Amino acid sequence: MDFNLSNEHKLIRKMMAEFTEEVVKPITAETDRTAEYPRETIEKLFDVGIMGMCVPEEYGGAGADPLASAIAIEELAKQCASTADILATHNGLCCDPILTYGTEEQKAKYLPMLTKGHKVGAFCLTEPNAGSDASKGQTECKLEGDHYVMNGSKIFITNGYVAEVFVVFAMTDKSKGTKGISAFIVENTFPGFSVGKHEVKMGLHGSPTAEIVFQDCIIPKENLLGKEGQGFKIAMATLDGGRIGIAAQALGIAEGAMAEAINYTKGRVQFGKPISKFQNTQFVLADMELGCEAGRLLVYQAAVKKANGERYTKEAAMAKLFNSEHAMKTTTKVVQMFGGYGYTNDYPVERMMRDAKITEIYEGTSEVQRIVISANMGL
Amino acid sequence: MKIIVTVKQVPDTSGRIAVNPDGTLNRASMQTIINPDDLNAIEAALDLKDELGCKVVAITMGPPPAEGMLRELMAMGVDESILVSGREFSGSDTYATSQILAAAIDTYGIDEDDIIMSGRQAIDGDTAQVGPQMAEKLGLPQVSYAGEIKKEGNTLTIKRMLEDGYMTLRVKTPCLVTCIKELNTPRFMNVWDILHTYEKPLKVMDYEALKDHPLMDKSTIGLQGSPTNILTSFTPPLKGAGRILEGSGKETTDELAGILSDKHII
Repeated sequence: MDFNLSNEHKLIRKMMAEFTEEVVKPITAETDRTAEYPRETIEKLFDVGIMGMCVPEEYGGAGADPLASAIAIEELAKQCASTADILATHNGLCCDPILTYGTEEQKAKYLPMLTKGHKVGAFCLTEPNAGSDASKGQTECKLEGDHYVMNGSKIFITNGYVAEVFVVFAMTDKSKGTKGISAFIVENTFPGFSVGKHEVKMGLHGSPTAEIVFQDCIIPKENLLGKEGQGFKIAMATLDGGRIGIAAQALGIAEGAMAEAINYTKGRVQFGKPISKFQNTQFVLADMELGCEAGRLLVYQAAVKKANGERYTKEAAMAKLFNSEHAMKTTTKVVQMFGGYGYTNDYPVERMMRDAKITEIYEGTSEVQRIVISANMGL
Repeated sequence: MKIIVTVKQVPDTSGRIAVNPDGTLNRASMQTIINPDDLNAIEAALDLKDELGCKVVAITMGPPPAEGMLRELMAMGVDESILVSGREFSGSDTYATSQILAAAIDTYGIDEDDIIMSGRQAIDGDTAQVGPQMAEKLGLPQVSYAGEIKKEGNTLTIKRMLEDGYMTLRVKTPCLVTCIKELNTPRFMNVWDILHTYEKPLKVMDYEALKDHPLMDKSTIGLQGSPTNILTSFTPPLKGAGRILEGSGKETTDELAGILSDKHII
């Protein structure tokens, strides 16, 4: 067992640390304040090969492994969880299912768009009445001659109003329950596709979340992803991989908040000495360091298992659960350490606390992760 | 056509400075970075590569760990690297270094349409001597302080940035150009090149490989042969934090006058 990163993984981390420091950090507070999509940052992430990095070179990607993607997301999230979310969704929830389940024609058409073509991807599963119980979606899709017709709407779609390629799940045969769900590749230019309400959220202000509406949306027959009825399986498998991304995002948020805490407590003098010299502060920081280290090992373990083609459902759920809860605990404690200053937007830690909360909710709530973990314990 | 770029690992001056008993920097125990001006030279070369499709080669003289820097440069798009490394070269000053690098570059080969690029100067020594000295030893025309470079055929048109203006020159290849930071913004590494950087060629040239080159004078390499003697290296004492007075009105100037008066400066 070797706990050292490869030289290439170390370079990915170094590159992303430099990118985050120079490109992302200077605009993070402004992105949060204005809730504007960080378009220039995402364009630059395409330029350096991070967006769609796991897509093989023949389709315009770099052929990186899931660990490299997790490291990139982690580094971004140290400064900007929104940018990390856009990347995690694009790589894990759009490129990945097309790469895994797409036909040669689908891969040749869509993967170059999602890499060298600079088109952002998204994933549409959640509906108003189908959240954790994803099997209860109402969106329908019927085959009519040489095309499908889709009707329904999806909510809370990350990258919703900037994405151009969507992986969408819809019922092709309601009578079959989850076996009646199918997956489709949908472009935002298809007739009947529209973007609905833009969500105003507690955090992740730079991550564009929207409702997506399909009204007699015409989808070419060849855009069925996998086989009819395979959709639920594709959705669940895709979410397994996506959870590694969200775990990495949560890890990055915790690491970023801890770094802020170390910096602040070393400079903040109360009762005649820096507050970092009080044992209470040191013990809290020690627990944070411990949680980050344990969380990192869980994320990297799940990523390596995925890369090796091993089953990783439980490991991804554990990484996501542990890191998201640790991010929430850490950011809450860091705001406390900053006292009144922490509650203002003069410092980034209140934003980190707002951003952390979503990691306990999306791509499977903490409760769902516990269901997944216990379901894989032979109980 | 190829572009050979000389690069140097320098101490990260934001970290701790370590000095050897002989007064030279103890580079092995210090964090290092790629010399900033050299990154501008690399970027200029990669820009020309993007435009013309030429090969870019990075060359450095340093200890074996300098390979890490060369791999980073190849992760930015540099095609191959040369590491000039040997105990005999250790402690070389600019005179010795330029001689060794010139011999190494000449051994590698310079063609009619080639360009050699260097950063203006390194942040550790601040001499700006190695680039021009290499050009002299190789018998090549040189243009220093390049702030803009255009290539047409075998002619480079270069805007030299000077303190009080600029000068536009035309020079025929092969030639040597030293680059300033205003020339460009260095790119980041990219995932495609990161994943191939350890497959790219890296040639090591040691003393044995260069000792018989006509440019090499064995008596003027390394610490003993270097005409420059370093008496001491030290970290200058830190200045106290400054104070900025905001505003342009009378209130601010009165406040400033008050502070200066309190300190008995006025």
